[in-house]
Amino acid sequence: MRFVDEFRNADQAHALSAKIAGLCEPGRHYKFMEVCGGHTHTIYKHGLEDYLPESVELVHGPGCPVCVIPMGRVDDAMHLAANPAVIMTSFGDMMRVPGSNGSFFDAKAQGTDIRMVYSPLDSLKIARQNPDKRVVFMAIGFETTAPSTAMTVLRAAAEGLENFSIFCNHVTIVPAIKAILDSPDLRLDGFIGPGHVSTVIGCRPYEFIARDYGKPVVVAGFEPLDILQSIYMLMLQLSEGRSAVENQYTRVVPWDGNLVALKAIGETMELRPYFEWRGLGFISHSALRMRADYARFDAELLFDVPGVRVADPKACQCGEVLKGVLKPWECKVFGTACTPETPIGTCMVSPEGACAAYYNFGRLSRKRVKEVSNS
Amino acid sequence: MCLGIPGEVIEFLPDQPDLARVDVSGVRRVINVGLLSDDPPKPGEWVLIHVGFALSKIDEDEAAAALEFLEGIGQAYEEELMALQESMIE
Repeated sequence: MRFVDEFRNADQAHALSAKIAGLCEPGRHYKFMEVCGGHTHTIYKHGLEDYLPESVELVHGPGCPVCVIPMGRVDDAMHLAANPAVIMTSFGDMMRVPGSNGSFFDAKAQGTDIRMVYSPLDSLKIARQNPDKRVVFMAIGFETTAPSTAMTVLRAAAEGLENFSIFCNHVTIVPAIKAILDSPDLRLDGFIGPGHVSTVIGCRPYEFIARDYGKPVVVAGFEPLDILQSIYMLMLQLSEGRSAVENQYTRVVPWDGNLVALKAIGETMELRPYFEWRGLGFISHSALRMRADYARFDAELLFDVPGVRVADPKACQCGEVLKGVLKPWECKVFGTACTPETPIGTCMVSPEGACAAYYNFGRLSRKRVKEVSNS
Repeated sequence: MCLGIPGEVIEFLPDQPDLARVDVSGVRRVINVGLLSDDPPKPGEWVLIHVGFALSKIDEDEAAAALEFLEGIGQAYEEELMALQESMIE
């Protein structure tokens, strides 16, 4: 496992750390957002903040698909699931997300037919096996999972399956990044671009960030050294006065993305005029719905969905955490009323949520210790 | 859900060119490789799997690194692997 050791090599990490420190201008504070929840997980798990100079700060972005689902959509899904004709199917990550009246797990415990699946193709199989039931798949995720939903719908169409539909909550990452760039709350110096999403969409969609906002973007892998290397690449661009989109994760991410996946999405889904994101509010053209040609697979059209907007619990500050304005531990209920066992907000539910990642791994990091000693 | 799990392609299913049997940490499961139809993987090659679909081809070194990374994150990977084990798409 030499290669793996190479990734983990502490010497390399320290060397990168020194190179990053060498590029820091005295008196300047650098703020980079890692958009993807997978990166947040790596950063806390490996204590990467401890490898960075004090003046380099990482803020956590909105790239956790479970975290950004607003409570109203959870309630809509619960309403769908309560229909006795329906078998609701969902990824495991979604099962514990609280709606106004509990989570999928709670409803399941009370006898509602909600089944956890690994793949939308598992839902399709459940539909084939239960012709007298109507099987709904709770579709969530960014462009990483949208192609899977699209391919599953195409398959259902090819098979002529009539008892299968999608409750589509797929979101797109670029409008969320734009909303953050346009928000007055936060001044960022650059972005660590999402790895897996970029496998699908490629690197081109980020070019406006470099061109129109003058911020560098580096698409990064998930190993600790990938992230340190990406921060170094960001710092190098800043020190040279450049802003460009660069790809650190060329091992996996092609510059143009996966064209088959993009075609499948484009064939079956279209952009919604707007969609509500938890914490970020309504964002134009930021989510997907089924195209009219595939309306027979759209649970929102097949069933009566309340579509009521529900405000987040008052105590919960997931919105501020998702925007990067608050650190997880700055939330009033972090680690006290809100824990991974009894989450109040979505950021504590998913292992990719900033709060859960921080709760599980980050509590002893340098910055936290400093915060506590200063308070 | 967002974890990319590396798997080694073992064989394609007869009459179903979109489906392949892969080996993931010793567990053999059928996944969909339709998203790689531009450049399909061959048996012995590695792919990164997301929710039952191969999303990209990777080399063996990257697969080893990704696997090591996943094993390091513990519970979330175990849950994902258990879900994959229960997945029966064919």
